[in-house]
Amino acid sequence: MAECHPVGFQWVMEAKDRGATVIHVDPRFTRTSALADRYVPIRAGTDIAFLGGIVNYILANELDFREYVLAYTNAATIISEDFRDAEDIDGLFSGFKPDRHAYDSTTWQYEGQPTLTAGGADTNNQRATAGPLLHESHGPPLAAGDHRRDETLRDPRCVYQILKRHFARYTPEVVEATCGVSREAFQAVCEAWTRNSGRERTTALVYSVGWTQHSVGVQYIRTGAIIQALLGNMGRPGGGILALRGHASIQGSTDVPTLFNLLPGYLPMPHHALHPTFDAWVGSMSAPDQKGFWASARAYATSLLKAYWGDAATADNDYCYDYLPRMTGDHGTYETALSMIDGTVKGYFLLGQNPAVGSAHGRAQRLGMANLDWLVVRDLFMIESATFWKDGPEVATGEVVPERCATEVFFLPAASHVEKEGTFTQTQRLLQWREKAVEPPGDARSELWFFYHLGRIIRRKLAGSTQARDRAILDLTWDYPESGAESDPSAEAVLKELNGYEVATGKPLSTYVQARDDGSTAVGCWIYTGVYADGVNQAARRKPGSEQSWVALEWGWSWPLNRRILYNRASADPQGRPWSERKAYIRWDDKQGKWIGPDVPDFEPTKHPEYRPPEGATGPAGLAGDDAFIMQADGKAWLYVPSGLIDGPLPTHYEPVESPIRNPLYGQQANPARRAYQRPDNQLNPSPPEAHSDVFPYVLAVGRLTEHHTAGGMSRNLRYLAELQPAMFVEVSPELAAERGLEHLGWAHLVTLRSAIEARVVVTERITPLRVGGRVLHQIWVPYHWGGQGLTRGDSANDLFGIVLDPNVLIQENKVGTCDIRPGRRPTGPALRDYIAEYHRRAGVTPERRSPIVTTDPHRED
Amino acid sequence: MDRMGFFTDTSVCIGCKACEVACKEWNEVPSHGLNLLGMSFDNTGALTANSWRHVAFVEQPRPAPDFLGMPGSHPPGQNGSADGRSDFRWLMMSDVCKHCTHAACLDVCPTGALFRTEFETVVVQEDICNGCGNCIPACPYGVIDKRENDGRAWKCTLCYDRIGAGMTPACAQACPTESIQYGRLDELRERAERRVERLHADGVPEARLYGHDPGDGVGGDGAFFLLLDEPEVYGLPPDPVVTTRDLPRMWRQAGLAALTMAAAVAAAFIWRSPS
Repeated sequence: MAECHPVGFQWVMEAKDRGATVIHVDPRFTRTSALADRYVPIRAGTDIAFLGGIVNYILANELDFREYVLAYTNAATIISEDFRDAEDIDGLFSGFKPDRHAYDSTTWQYEGQPTLTAGGADTNNQRATAGPLLHESHGPPLAAGDHRRDETLRDPRCVYQILKRHFARYTPEVVEATCGVSREAFQAVCEAWTRNSGRERTTALVYSVGWTQHSVGVQYIRTGAIIQALLGNMGRPGGGILALRGHASIQGSTDVPTLFNLLPGYLPMPHHALHPTFDAWVGSMSAPDQKGFWASARAYATSLLKAYWGDAATADNDYCYDYLPRMTGDHGTYETALSMIDGTVKGYFLLGQNPAVGSAHGRAQRLGMANLDWLVVRDLFMIESATFWKDGPEVATGEVVPERCATEVFFLPAASHVEKEGTFTQTQRLLQWREKAVEPPGDARSELWFFYHLGRIIRRKLAGSTQARDRAILDLTWDYPESGAESDPSAEAVLKELNGYEVATGKPLSTYVQARDDGSTAVGCWIYTGVYADGVNQAARRKPGSEQSWVALEWGWSWPLNRRILYNRASADPQGRPWSERKAYIRWDDKQGKWIGPDVPDFEPTKHPEYRPPEGATGPAGLAGDDAFIMQADGKAWLYVPSGLIDGPLPTHYEPVESPIRNPLYGQQANPARRAYQRPDNQLNPSPPEAHSDVFPYVLAVGRLTEHHTAGGMSRNLRYLAELQPAMFVEVSPELAAERGLEHLGWAHLVTLRSAIEARVVVTERITPLRVGGRVLHQIWVPYHWGGQGLTRGDSANDLFGIVLDPNVLIQENKVGTCDIRPGRRPTGPALRDYIAEYHRRAGVTPERRSPIVTTDPHRED
Repeated sequence: MDRMGFFTDTSVCIGCKACEVACKEWNEVPSHGLNLLGMSFDNTGALTANSWRHVAFVEQPRPAPDFLGMPGSHPPGQNGSADGRSDFRWLMMSDVCKHCTHAACLDVCPTGALFRTEFETVVVQEDICNGCGNCIPACPYGVIDKRENDGRAWKCTLCYDRIGAGMTPACAQACPTESIQYGRLDELRERAERRVERLHADGVPEARLYGHDPGDGVGGDGAFFLLLDEPEVYGLPPDPVVTTRDLPRMWRQAGLAALTMAAAVAAAFIWRSPS
């Protein structure tokens, strides 16, 4: 966090000053470790084993916050008798279909529940469309009715007992053998975390893309969520799980998405087969008669279509539902890159993205872009993704010939964040308005300007068209006020549209509860409703902290409804009293008959804690006065996830897809439901039980430096940043340096089945060899900021990685892999490909080879 | 006017180098060049004419070994082993001109380019400096430096233009963890004393102040530090002395020598004259 979020880390330092204990778990000793009270080195890619060990410690010693767990989680809920755990089937859950390596999730459900996830129980379609991404704002649907519970938690089929059995083998010894974490260090973390949780204290969990960018990334965070729910650290001040995002407004770019499978506010992008009609689409978001706030999905959906198509959207035409594009499968960034290689994708827009450096398998990215008709790059600097055709690594190897590369590249200079107005939405869901400080230079323009005028010109060219296919564009509401010499559209008008308004009067809505399903409201992003309440830009508020309450509700605006802590009903006990005065936040006030506290209560304001829903109640009325997790269909935090995940209802340790060691826990080596692209140009390094894993004996971990920004466009081109980390380097331990003859500040090159890159050697004790499974395992760390352009240039770490994705959200595994390292520089020119071919030969990898995905007998039951 | 200064608390420095960048942006300091130094994450190397803030990184096994030389003089981690590696420590410290009470650079400047401001800071006036270079060997910390392509001496001004307008110096403004604190020197000294007491109470006995003592060889620094190890570990002189301290005595000695010489010459003439 100090390394990648130094500004945010000031608050960790502040907490430390007030007595907080800071623990840092990381493969590499970073600037965060330097300031932490305890640093725990870990083998990259083993976090579920580590966290699972903590779950086991909590359950075995009954250290969970029992009242919280009983009241607010699904610990007591009974699961279908047909469910079989990964412990029973050697690393697979019940329902695995080996032919398509996907699950049928029917047996994972609550007892007596049908499967209601979009697309049914077969997770194959959901994987192709990253279906679980929908659940960032709400849980998956459940059918109406109560679910059988055992409040004593003794029923062998209740979630608590299933959890206990599932993690029982994650002992300190297993953690040590899997993660390379000493028992002493592990014990210290367990004790610190549990001791600092409960009525009087809370612990916060912070993670970043070092957790997400794995083939089991979602399940890493799930394991963290299980711990935080068991210890009562959710919905309470000082608790929570804080996801540090990779850029300034990544949260905003999922809320108002730049993703292929989402529409604003986490509404699903329709799928041609699953959502043929408006009703089918809405029905996929919430079950009929569902409990909770997501039951109003029809109002959010209708209002979004009204925002898009205005007067043209009527009840008679299902609010222009048929204008929405349909997904036909995986249209994610990696599928797209491979489709460019295959010639089925012909044009590509890149906005503030540099896949030639920043995406896994750089060579595939560049070869794909070299096979396009056109490519539009909008960036602050001439980045590698705009120049690959004339000076990329494939030009050196002869794979791309500039004179023959047909891709027409349009480079358009972009305005920086100080040269345009708008909002950033950060990790806390806080929208903060930015003013334009200076005009952008020359032809540089904002993204808003670009898309608005692109749309305006396309609409002008289509004007008068009688083709049905053009109606979706011609009927769009595309009428933002313009100002200034460059006709800049008003960003505030866009914010007002996202907030939503009454169609008849134009009056801004103040809460999403006002959204209607009859076409009388238009809402661009329902979770943002309230940001423009009373016609005021609430995101622009900057009242100093000293002039308001400690929760600072008048600084910016956070979704939903300016709540700063989600699910804050859980900060009070079931009767509505604070768990302790020290951690008091939201409480029920009997005199006023409402919930009060320094934050906006995340609950119906006047619902009594002892309210119990009448038989058959649906929507918010179906939630009881102590159902704190109101966006969940049963009002509970899910320790066990009966639907909505693709790779299992519980996290379980799988090795990274590229790993030098055999999974110590199961016959199943790696995530069996991972999104794999098995093709000759995407061969992954062999891992056990496959032969020849010894060709790539080292664990490769990748990350960032404070001095550089992501793929480097915004830092390698600035002299004051470039000089602070002026060369691509590789960090190795003194022990590995001795083993491989690497010299401090000399050259070395790293090799995988995709490519070889060279880097200057930095020998440092900050890298620790680990003892794993009875042998010494070396980890190697490289930053991924370098490429062929800018003031400081170097090889790109992402050229080392192949493409394999987490099945839930289609994020790539490029935080861990395996590699070889050799002293000296890599071969150049065509000799580089020959060198890689030699590694293919040594690893026994032919173009036809397919990595085994299932490495255990799926029909076996222990 | 109150004496203004910096208190740099290295116990909360996260090594982000925002101070280096902010200083260069505000003062339009040239790039120091693209050189991978291999001194941990320090690629700036030292305070120079082109680097007025410098963040030192010290990779150190604990307990601290006997001091063997300047940090970074040998490749880090060559004598380590995996055992007990978690006792490893990484020290970071943002160094800067000390703005000495007795500033030798100022004493030796023949043009008056170096002067003491109304904030009792020490500043080079770039339009007066003639590049004689006298100040460079005079500095006991090796801070002030000649810029190669223009010949003049450059160093931290404690953002004279900013503080004159009531603003905070750029480095302190940019520091995310308040490792660099700017203010009235007497207040900073009190704050620093309290911080050391707090760290001692929290089990960090190695915390100590550096450059805070008006009784030291430079009469105390306007920019002083809280360190977590001996000054040498960070590349700081343990007992700095104003290099002009002995000048009066030296001149007295020289004068005496000159008189003696003159007397001898005169005596020689007197001796000769009778013949």
